[in-house]
Amino acid sequence: MNYYDILFYLFAIITLVSAGFVVTTRNVIYSAFFLLFTFFGVAGIYVLLAADFLAVVQIMVYVGGILILLLFGVMLTNKITNVDIRTGTSNLLPASIAIGLLMGALVSAMIYTGWKVQPASEIPDTSIKNLGALLITDYLLIFELLGILLLIALIGAASIARRDKE
Amino acid sequence: MFQVTLQHFLVLSAILFSLGVYGIVTRKNAVMVLMGIELILNSANINFVAFAKYGNFGFSGQIYALFVIVLAAAEAAIALAIVLNIYKTFTNVNIDEIDNLKE
Repeated sequence: MNYYDILFYLFAIITLVSAGFVVTTRNVIYSAFFLLFTFFGVAGIYVLLAADFLAVVQIMVYVGGILILLLFGVMLTNKITNVDIRTGTSNLLPASIAIGLLMGALVSAMIYTGWKVQPASEIPDTSIKNLGALLITDYLLIFELLGILLLIALIGAASIARRDKE
Repeated sequence: MFQVTLQHFLVLSAILFSLGVYGIVTRKNAVMVLMGIELILNSANINFVAFAKYGNFGFSGQIYALFVIVLAAAEAAIALAIVLNIYKTFTNVNIDEIDNLKE
């Protein structure tokens, strides 16, 4: 085992343990904060996969944006006087059995499929230059459409969340 | 066995996906369901980036992971606006009690 393997297992354990707490703890605030550690763990996995720019984007967008939005959602949809913000659960036993079967099937499929591994001969020091070049050549149309989509989502979210005065 | 290969990343993303589905199926709070969706999107992203590195596809996998992150941000904003409206109408966000389009 070299440093790469040790770091992989460290980030994988952080990701999976905190993800497990996200879906099992009953306090919604705790879930949101465990989600923080999950996102950081996934960002570490991206770094190990030589996707440095993606790791920074993951931290900035997920931790800085989506997680804050989720926390706002938790705070705004519970009564302030209610100190412990809890969530109910339903169908725990059948869901556990079904998801256990699903997980076993997926993991065995991932392990026993003969993936044809052919790593690139050389990995550049940083991925930013290649990503930027691809974004304005091959993926220009998708890039522009995503910009328009973000604008539409911004306007839509603002107009949905505002209560109409009748 | 302990040498990290492509399978390790795929197994990690499969377990993360299963946890996300478990969260969606068992939680009642709508915000918790959104968190499960974020876990699933993250697991898909890990697959994209892992195949981009081990499959010699250039940087297309990372580009698509970037697009998924953008879509996740838009989805979270819209979904939370809808959840806020549901809360104003029904004063709770338990998805098993909300079965009317209007009050």
